[in-house]
Amino acid sequence: MTSSVNSDILLGVKARGSLVRDLIGIAVIVVAAVIGYLLFPDNLALLTRILAIALLVLALDLVTGYCGVATLGHAALFGAGAYAAGILSAHYGINDPFLMTLAGLVGGAASGLLCGAIMLRAHGLPQLVLSIALIHLFHELANKMSSWTGGSDGLAGIAPDPVFGMFEFDLYGQTAYVFGVALLLIVFLSLRILVRSPFGMLSRGIRQDKLRVRAMGASPSSVLIRMYVISGAVAGLGGALNAISTQVVALDTLSFTQSAEALVMLVLGGTGSLFGALTGTLIFMLFEDYVSAANPFHWLTMVGALLIAVVLFAPKGIYGTAADYFALRRKAKP
Amino acid sequence: MQTVFSIAIDALAYGMVLFVISIGLSVTMGLMRVVNLAHGAFAMIGGYIASYVARDLGLGYSVAVIAAVVLTIIIAIPIERFLYRRIYGAPELTQVLMTIGITFCVIGIANYVMGPTLKTIPLAGPLQGAANLGFRSISVHRLFAIVCGLVVALGLWFAIERTSFGVKVRASVDDAAMASALGVRTEVIYAISFAIAVGLAAFGGVVGAELLPVEPYYALRYMVTFLVVVSVGGAGSIPGALAACLLLGAIDTTGRYLMPEFGEFFFYLAVIAIICVFPRGLAGRAK
Repeated sequence: MTSSVNSDILLGVKARGSLVRDLIGIAVIVVAAVIGYLLFPDNLALLTRILAIALLVLALDLVTGYCGVATLGHAALFGAGAYAAGILSAHYGINDPFLMTLAGLVGGAASGLLCGAIMLRAHGLPQLVLSIALIHLFHELANKMSSWTGGSDGLAGIAPDPVFGMFEFDLYGQTAYVFGVALLLIVFLSLRILVRSPFGMLSRGIRQDKLRVRAMGASPSSVLIRMYVISGAVAGLGGALNAISTQVVALDTLSFTQSAEALVMLVLGGTGSLFGALTGTLIFMLFEDYVSAANPFHWLTMVGALLIAVVLFAPKGIYGTAADYFALRRKAKP
Repeated sequence: MQTVFSIAIDALAYGMVLFVISIGLSVTMGLMRVVNLAHGAFAMIGGYIASYVARDLGLGYSVAVIAAVVLTIIIAIPIERFLYRRIYGAPELTQVLMTIGITFCVIGIANYVMGPTLKTIPLAGPLQGAANLGFRSISVHRLFAIVCGLVVALGLWFAIERTSFGVKVRASVDDAAMASALGVRTEVIYAISFAIAVGLAAFGGVVGAELLPVEPYYALRYMVTFLVVVSVGGAGSIPGALAACLLLGAIDTTGRYLMPEFGEFFFYLAVIAIICVFPRGLAGRAK
């Protein structure tokens, strides 16, 4: 009895704490966006790409961090969103950026449903292999249907209209950057609400103990497939942002390497936390830009060494380790 | 008829090379439950060493094969001791990350040391040319690959089914905790199996260099194929792996011959279909 009252109070405190953390998170994103704008005014394309990849990593976090499904094929959803947005503009002449974003969302969600339905049939290693097979299948398919996707040359001819008829997507990329920041903020807030909802709690429960969730009367597979669709929608938004900002969709967006890199970013930041996903993406992408510009030869070696180091010394990722450290310090001096 | 015959020979040779490389992965995965994405990297290291020994040092093909196997095992021992031992029993995601990290490192280092170009391994005299079967001639190297695959399959079958070491391996696969309680030193078994697996990978990398050319991205490009073979066959099963290799080799080779413009499309489609029907692999056992 007392414990339930206690946990109610705790939940109340926790809810207030999370609201504060939501606001802090938004503030941090906005401040980081402004700092990025001021520091690299000539390199907004890179920053916009970081935003798009951040959406992909957030989407991956939903299935890997919250539901415990390991996948090496999440770029399939990202690429599906990118191609959906790109094809709408290049083949149907619908250039409204909001409609293109919506198309990305729908395309991503649809491929999320497809991938989820296939992936969730297996567990463990076969599941991982299925995800790899899926990303290769998507890649080959996009390569093959070159009349629709442009094949290995990439899909060109995307020309998004100005946002609200006023702000053009120009060479400087300011519009795309602001558009991307706004998109990321909306997605971030919605996901914060989602992971705190009973549905989000249930998916965390599935990661910890699937059997028990089933015994409680919930169906893990229906939760997982819904989560996959949501994740696909988020990844699709990222893809659409990428298509709109670069005005081209390369075949690379559907590659295994892209999927593996997204996973590396997620783990670097810390799984099971939206802040972790954002941290990991930012650090990885800036690091990649810096190192591969300085010495492209050693880029892969560095990533590999970084991964090994994270697994050995910071298994919770950068954000998770830092959060633990501060939590410990707070506990130490009450 | 000619086409059917050459497809069959190529498919058989390709399947056998796949088998030699991935059987080690299958055994270690069944035994240690480690999702080892770095297996292809060891095959690649073997290929590089053989190429260096045979082409740059000018020693014979057989010396190259032996050097590749031995040196790759020597390289792998510290990696097993310091990196793999920490991820035995860890969650899958951790294992995937660690082994993909190792793969990236190996690719980067190979690119730096050996350069980004394709490396060839000059074949020994008797292996060049074609053998005449009367109605059709086939490349001797293909025959050699097929024979190697058969020898490896028989040897492994004998070692696992008929020797005391094999008994211990099977016991550790079934229940590692119980086996170690009964006095089997599972750590030693693990280390030896890992060394054998790496050695076989290196051997396969050398023998299959004609079919899977050695270059820095080898580790990443074929890693997927090896993993697919293991999971389609069912981890830890020799007949399962053999069946999976022959089946997937046939599908891949036929697809390449008849519909080259589709690339690996049919290969991956088949993989998805097989895993959906047999989620534990062709010869997988229920847990």
